[in-house]
Amino acid sequence: MTTEPESGSTKSALSPVPTEFVASAVEAPVSAPSPIREFLSQRGSGRLADRSFAAVMLLCSLSIFLIVLFIFFILISRSKLSLLAFGWKFFTRQAWDPVSGDFGALPFIYGTLATSFLALLIAVPLALGVAVFLTELCPRSLRAPISFLTELLAAIPSVVYGLWAVFVLVPIMRDSLGPFLYKTLGWTGFFEGSNFGVGLLTASIILAIMILPVISSLTRDIMTSVPNSQREGVLALGATRWEMIRTGVLRNSRIGIVGAVMLGLGRALGETMAVTMVIGNHADISKSLFAPGYTLASVIANEFSEATGDLYLSALIEIGLALFLVTIVVNAIARLMVWAVTRGAPARAA
Amino acid sequence: MGVGIQVENLNAWYGTTHTLQDINLHIPANHATALIGPSGCGKSTFVRCLNRMHETNPIARATGVIKMGELDIYKDASPVEIRRRVGMVFQRPNPFPTMSIYDNVASGLKLNGFRNRRILDETVERSLKQAALWEEVKDDLKKKSGASLSGGQQQRMCIARALAVDPEVLLMDEPASALDPVSTSKIEDLIFQLKSQYTIVIVTHNMQQAARVAENTGFFLNGKMVEFDSTHKIFTNPKDKRTEDYITGRFG
Repeated sequence: MTTEPESGSTKSALSPVPTEFVASAVEAPVSAPSPIREFLSQRGSGRLADRSFAAVMLLCSLSIFLIVLFIFFILISRSKLSLLAFGWKFFTRQAWDPVSGDFGALPFIYGTLATSFLALLIAVPLALGVAVFLTELCPRSLRAPISFLTELLAAIPSVVYGLWAVFVLVPIMRDSLGPFLYKTLGWTGFFEGSNFGVGLLTASIILAIMILPVISSLTRDIMTSVPNSQREGVLALGATRWEMIRTGVLRNSRIGIVGAVMLGLGRALGETMAVTMVIGNHADISKSLFAPGYTLASVIANEFSEATGDLYLSALIEIGLALFLVTIVVNAIARLMVWAVTRGAPARAA
Repeated sequence: MGVGIQVENLNAWYGTTHTLQDINLHIPANHATALIGPSGCGKSTFVRCLNRMHETNPIARATGVIKMGELDIYKDASPVEIRRRVGMVFQRPNPFPTMSIYDNVASGLKLNGFRNRRILDETVERSLKQAALWEEVKDDLKKKSGASLSGGQQQRMCIARALAVDPEVLLMDEPASALDPVSTSKIEDLIFQLKSQYTIVIVTHNMQQAARVAENTGFFLNGKMVEFDSTHKIFTNPKDKRTEDYITGRFG
């Protein structure tokens, strides 16, 4: 057993009697170098390789920092004119008048947040339903086709969604869904004024459809990764299928679900093309969801090419800065929420 | 109090594999019954049939009659009703990681909509004491996650969780196989104490364990039950040659 492991182990396997095993170890020839040991002994310490690997990885992660800082710096330096002219009030002013050079970001911030959150309100329950169905209820043969279709939805370019919204969703909003909402929920004050089919609600619906596949496919992956022992543990206590899904699956994946929702929200906040096509592009803050609105991203896309004058251009870039900040703040709030929920009980299964 | 189980002509399949063939036996109430046999012999499938866990796998099916007392569990009740009366402890501890120790133990009751604070508190304390874990965790019941305990503690918490719903039968599928000797002996002591109040069925690979805790032992081989008798008889004077080979370690 000292220098010749191969012959020693073969002999011991053939003859399990201990005395013979000892005898074979004594008899084993001391020479015959093992090529594997020789090869491994020449491999060196690997310290240099490990260190350079760590350094390269550090560089990769630093690049993220640098890119974010760089973008932030460019946004600030290019919007200096508008920053100087309006100061912090830019973010709380409602004016948007290129002719007299009076700018403020509030209607756009409102439009962005309103459409994004409304989109989440519509998309999250749907996406969770899709994911629960796919992981827990769906017959095996249907699983692949439905997953494929949801992922296909994510691959469609947003301008195509925009076209579809203009030709299909807008008429539906104008002629059937809009009047129905006015009749049933008009008393809430959210569905008032003239309804042309374009507006905050239409934009929210198209956004919801766009973020649905992102949220549902991520949520599905997270739910699939919940170990079966969790499901069986809950079932063994006498849980119904729904109770099992609630306690054994959804509860264990809640952090991941919040992450998926955040990714969806990120996409909704920044989505430009489809929203621009159906939101009505009118810088106004209105409680009614039928009213046309404007988002940070769509005002940049719409007006960037026709921005005459340095102040106008600078204000548009500051809109970009506002979008950047809104995204950061929303993400920070989401992190805080996750932290508040999971404080005390660390969720390892998620 | 526990309840006896009568199994008649039980057959079970996974897909096309016939994992259990014509099993007949009587598991007496308020005793511990051990099931031994090599890996893949069907003993786990057997206990999973007793709480209808077997059928949660879409390709699995079972035929035959299993009676818990007078109740035919495949005819007279839904799986959910059966599992409320038959607790189960799995091979690997499966604490619910997002819940505190308290919520883990109370989860079976909370799941079923039980809300009485006082009785919940009492039940959690009673079950943890039964599982010999109370002294170790009583100070951070609601502070610590169930997953933060050690493996042996987790398994005892899972036993407490199963006991909290006051089952009539307790199934244990190799409850100590992932644990160190100290935790194992704690769990064996536990089984010894619990069997006066519950009907216990324990699957084990460890024959000394079977000998220590169970009055009766069944030997499974290739989906059939070769022999079922008092533990003493199985280990000292088995009728079947295959049983003798297995318990003496001469099994190929």
